[in-house]
Amino acid sequence: MGEIPEKRTSLWVWGLLIPFIALLWLPFYNSREPSLFGFPFFYWYQFAWVPLTSFLIYLAYRAVK
Amino acid sequence: MSVDSVNWPALSVFIFFFALVTVLGFVASRWKAGDLTQLHEWGLGGRRFGTIITWFLVGGDFYTAYTVIAVPALVYSVGAYGFFALPYTIIVYPIVFLIMPRLWAVCHKHHYVTGADFVHGRYGSAWLALAVAITGILATMPYIALQLVGMQVVIGALGIGGEGFTGEIPLIVAFLILAVYTYSSGLRAPAMIAFVKDIMIYIVVFAAVAVIPMHLGGYAAVFDAADKAFQAKGGATGIILQPGQFMPFATVALGSALAAFMYPHTMTGVLSSSSGDVVRKNAMLLPIYTVLLGLIALLGYMGIAAGVSVKSATAIVPALFLKIFPGWFVGFSFAAIAIGALVPAAIMSIGAANLFTRNILRAIINPDITPAAEASSAKLISLIVKFGALVVIVFLPTQFAIDLQLLGGVWILQTFPAVALGLSRLRLRPSALLLGWAIGMVAGTWMAVSTGLKPIFPLSLGGATYPIYIGILAGGLNLVISVVASYALGAMGVDENVDETRPADYVV
Repeated sequence: MGEIPEKRTSLWVWGLLIPFIALLWLPFYNSREPSLFGFPFFYWYQFAWVPLTSFLIYLAYRAVK
Repeated sequence: MSVDSVNWPALSVFIFFFALVTVLGFVASRWKAGDLTQLHEWGLGGRRFGTIITWFLVGGDFYTAYTVIAVPALVYSVGAYGFFALPYTIIVYPIVFLIMPRLWAVCHKHHYVTGADFVHGRYGSAWLALAVAITGILATMPYIALQLVGMQVVIGALGIGGEGFTGEIPLIVAFLILAVYTYSSGLRAPAMIAFVKDIMIYIVVFAAVAVIPMHLGGYAAVFDAADKAFQAKGGATGIILQPGQFMPFATVALGSALAAFMYPHTMTGVLSSSSGDVVRKNAMLLPIYTVLLGLIALLGYMGIAAGVSVKSATAIVPALFLKIFPGWFVGFSFAAIAIGALVPAAIMSIGAANLFTRNILRAIINPDITPAAEASSAKLISLIVKFGALVVIVFLPTQFAIDLQLLGGVWILQTFPAVALGLSRLRLRPSALLLGWAIGMVAGTWMAVSTGLKPIFPLSLGGATYPIYIGILAGGLNLVISVVASYALGAMGVDENVDETRPADYVV
């Protein structure tokens, strides 16, 4: 083991932890208001994290590529 | 079944699309042609699938027909809690991004076809690999059976199902077709069909979420109607969570995300791609399917708002479509769901067949097996696995498959320490991992049985009770035992360092 020098884990890779905190800590978003286009906050917040997570993965991808 | 109850416009369109994908399934054997007498050609499509094909394949494989039926059914019955599917299918992708490209790289380098092959090579233990393989097969079988439930529900709604054994004939015919083209074309068949299926599903869902709320007075009215319906039922559940649901919601989402790519079918999808970079790009692009899933989940509320009443919650989506859409589009949507069952069912049976052939037949029973015999064994096993699932659905109550699938989720999580930690620099001892796996399997099964096959176990700790997903509890126990036993074995000087992989093998 250890033939390859250890690469420092990029800061952007740590960014991948953010969706876990944002989505698994329910008090952040378990509410009706503010609603958007008829969607209670609980729903549009979850939908919003789909592109946000893709973007965070993109940032990590750029850093490790 | 009577001729009057058959929805002819819907049935004609349904049969047209079903016939189309059947032809595709057989043509697929010539697509990106390879020598189908080799296991990696039959069972992994020759590891040739680029970003787009992998996107369709894994999307079609991970977001199954059962999901399209079961998630809105759960939302229809219990409201916000059913939306755990969204956090689950979002946080799964950082996990995929971090571990699956490494799995792809090491499997490509050493010609591993299954996750258990990797475990065998990494830890030098056929027994640990056997444990991973058996767990994978056990967890997959009920999952295949549930795809049939998805198909059964739409066939029933077309009016050609019915009571008793004769009512199951359409399902049996559909499944025989699937079995034959999977046998002849291997993974290429579902890969090609996934294109058609996914495009159909996208059309159906975008039409549904645009058209249905217009009939119901907009999204605010849909949420409002659902809110009132849950309050009328007593308000134990609703369109936002009760504080007591926080922990079950979060732990089921996390546990499902950790389990998702440990299943043989999802792993097969990943391993069939042409490079680690394709896997990384897919971690970025697959969340598009999560938007689709979230919209599908909303169909549960639309069912409530449209005043659709069903005997079983699983019928909510077909019943809603029948109420709102014209006959031809009902046929199109039902075909999308039924074909949606074929793709994952095919990949699941291929994944299970690969595991049996590589990690039970070759590793334990007949080490001298030729590559050609390996491929023909896998083909045969894929037939047996599908036949088993069909027998379960035709002759046993659906609840049996649902209960087993719940247990399957708990079980497959017990392979996470060996597989996922094995991809990191940390290498635990194989005998410690095997011990952790065994205790996790027993503890998880015991907890599930003691709660009457519910996913949540009320853990009492220091006077308080925490309702937590059983998979997380059993997996946590498994992990602690694996780590502690590993260090204990190390301290005793037991030597278990037969690792055929090198750090460079994991680099994408």
